[in-house]
Amino acid sequence: MHLLRLNFAVALSGFRRYATYRVATAAGVFTNTVFGFILAYTFIALWHERPHLGGYDQSQALTFVWIGQAMLAGAALMGGGFQDEFHERIRNGDVAIDLYRPVDLQLWWLASDLGRAAFQLLGRGVAPLAVGALAFDLALPSSPWVWLRFLLAVWLAVVVSFALRYLFALCGFWLLDATGLNALSTLLSLFFSGMLLPLTVFPGAFGEVARLLPWSATLQVPADVLLGTHPGGSAAGLAFQAGWALVLLAAGRALQTAATRKVVVQGG
Amino acid sequence: MSDGDGEFIDVRELTKTFTVRRKTGLLRRTATQVHAVDGISFALRRGEMVGFIGPNGAGKSTTIKMLTGILTPTDGSLRVAGVDPWQERTRLVRRIGVVFGQRTTLWWDLPLRDSYGLVRRMYRIPRARFEENLARCVELLELGDLLDVPVRQLSLGQRMRGDITAALLHDPDVLYLDEPTIGLDVVSKARVRRFLVALNAELGTTVLLTTHDLSDIEHLCKRVVVIDHGRLVYDGLLSGLHEVGRGERTLVVDLERELPPIEGIPGARTVRTEGPRQWLAFPASASAAPLVSQLAADYPLVDLSLREPAIEDVIARMYAG
Amino acid sequence: MADGTPRPRAVLGDAVWGVRAYGFIVAMWVRSTMAYRASFAMMLAANFATTFLDFAAIMIMFSQVDALGGFTLPEVAFLYGTSCVAFGLSDLLLGTAERVGRRVRDGTMDVLLTRPVPVLSQLAADRFALRRLGRIIQGSLVLGWAVLRLDLDWTPGRVALLFSMVLSGAAIFGCVFVLGGAFQFWAQDASEVQNAFTYGGTTLLQYPPTVFGKELVRGVTFVVPLAFVNWLPALRLLGRDDPLGLPGGLDFASPAVALLCCAVTGLVWRAGLRAYRSTGS
Repeated sequence: MHLLRLNFAVALSGFRRYATYRVATAAGVFTNTVFGFILAYTFIALWHERPHLGGYDQSQALTFVWIGQAMLAGAALMGGGFQDEFHERIRNGDVAIDLYRPVDLQLWWLASDLGRAAFQLLGRGVAPLAVGALAFDLALPSSPWVWLRFLLAVWLAVVVSFALRYLFALCGFWLLDATGLNALSTLLSLFFSGMLLPLTVFPGAFGEVARLLPWSATLQVPADVLLGTHPGGSAAGLAFQAGWALVLLAAGRALQTAATRKVVVQGG
Repeated sequence: MSDGDGEFIDVRELTKTFTVRRKTGLLRRTATQVHAVDGISFALRRGEMVGFIGPNGAGKSTTIKMLTGILTPTDGSLRVAGVDPWQERTRLVRRIGVVFGQRTTLWWDLPLRDSYGLVRRMYRIPRARFEENLARCVELLELGDLLDVPVRQLSLGQRMRGDITAALLHDPDVLYLDEPTIGLDVVSKARVRRFLVALNAELGTTVLLTTHDLSDIEHLCKRVVVIDHGRLVYDGLLSGLHEVGRGERTLVVDLERELPPIEGIPGARTVRTEGPRQWLAFPASASAAPLVSQLAADYPLVDLSLREPAIEDVIARMYAG
Repeated sequence: MADGTPRPRAVLGDAVWGVRAYGFIVAMWVRSTMAYRASFAMMLAANFATTFLDFAAIMIMFSQVDALGGFTLPEVAFLYGTSCVAFGLSDLLLGTAERVGRRVRDGTMDVLLTRPVPVLSQLAADRFALRRLGRIIQGSLVLGWAVLRLDLDWTPGRVALLFSMVLSGAAIFGCVFVLGGAFQFWAQDASEVQNAFTYGGTTLLQYPPTVFGKELVRGVTFVVPLAFVNWLPALRLLGRDDPLGLPGGLDFASPAVALLCCAVTGLVWRAGLRAYRSTGS
């Protein structure tokens, strides 16, 4: 109970920290909206040539675009979030202090990242989606149950995204120059989340593999849950996300133990 | 060029007013004028080393920024080495050196040596001159082992010595030091102070120093200039500073509404206004009672408070330490 | 950065000195980058790969369709390559000019103002990132492939148009970077707005104008003149009509538009710096 309260407080402070940057948030909304328009037009051209490409009709494809823009900052699909700070603490050795804190390092960062995500989904997600819905004919569901399932999927997407970024960040214990890893993490996330193109459009076996990778849980699956297009139904999509979340968090835990051992042996 | 005769730094009625917009409602914002520097005048002769002190927010940094040409004054006149800093910033900066204690002017990721190389090219310092100046600073500030270390790996004291060197490579006539000993250990402090004394004695560099550490002033300056609330409260020998303690008190007056500056109260003058709030300065020796009754008779008062001269803290600390 | 009323000679002298100073600061950063070759190689590869993703997405699109907005893959690749190289050049040379807001917030803008080198030179050269060559290399490869596949008749005039297009495009994008930086003198936290025009702009120009609504095309022709980066001259080289039916002479106007952008940018930058120096925040 105490732990839960503590983590909630951490999450709340993460939320508040981002909430203070109002101008930056407005600027981000503007940029997400502009990108939404550019992508929407290219998708219209694409679906004009091939209606029902990837199993979507045009308005579903457009919905996909705007869901992507709405989740971009929240699910940290282009990086950002806690990594920069975490890297800095690894680089300057402050992380040694964190490792000896009574609170669990992974849980602490997860809580703070969930707080950040909550703010960015509200502050940077809602407005672009609303603009998209006004400007284009989107396939938004009317059932509140679908929206609830979607919210759960978004929450799981943030957890999976965190777990992935945490793994990459922990590699910083072994590689001092973590900028390259950061770039790799962003690259994989951008491409395999479905941010550039829905993974259902990827051809053949390549597409099948892409849809099984964990990044697919960060955008493709939530979008499919909202659109009701996940093969096997929304429940299967949510289970897929939860599965990856558990596996990746466990892997992060194992790597964290190894990292702790390294810090203890080498003295930071 | 007239910097030989007369004053080397000449500040007259220098004023800087900022407009601050504050949220006063959901959508309403009101603009208020803040007089960060409010008509100060002082002058430095070539080769003087002067302490520039005052409490936080007194207007020290704003004044330094105007002296270095970073900020444009709202009013008043300003000459440094015969140049108007604001009009001819690029010409002036070749003749001044600036050290900001809390942020480095060096390149964070580059070794000191590379930073100095960049300084040489930026200021177009002849190589022989550069080598000579660098050698002197390296010797006096004991930087020899640090030249190949990236700035980010230096300790605060090492970085400060590195910064002072960077500010002196182009033979500036004036050196502005903004909190040069902040956060330094005792040894580094002593080293920096020894160096500044030598610099001033040997090269005749004019030095203007702001600091919170009054022992800096005691070690380095005979003369101090004290400002408070943007106004000059003392300019003279360090030994005479205690008299400021008996300077002016301030009456903070809250009126019912915004009004033009209060006038016609004998012995008091308005030094600052911010919306309906006004600050009245009056001699510390005078009693506040007649002032208050006169005010209450002439103006729609809401609230009053009396403020002792803030600078007293500074001086109290100085004589306690 | 002469203050007060500038004289033409003085402005020219300042500009030459500004470029020279930019050069030696950049040289210093390149030397410092090259001290860690392995790390640099990795970052260059990462930059190459990240910027290639956009083209990977286009290739996947064309695995499903034969044309997009009536344009074939080599034609889109031509647009992509020209947009990418122009943007890459400006990002390499002026990309760090976007750090105005951060520098105002942490107070280091003041440090730049105490040095005898134009602020813009110092800002644009600071932390010069040679790894951004990755985007230029990647865009050049795509452009080269497109040129080979398109089988256009390369007369000297058309080659000249291609080069002037890429250079003018780089200048126009460079202006967007500097304008974005100048804007932050007034709104320090708004650095992300310019991403809409820089990264958004280059993404937009990678696709044929026929894909977009006419209003949008009109906007990027007359308001933010991005259409002059590649669309108008490239459509001429590809032998296509532009969707707005503009006079053909505009296809050659990119250098003039770039010059005009530079003039406007110079004025706005000065105004921004002046505003900063009078408010100090």
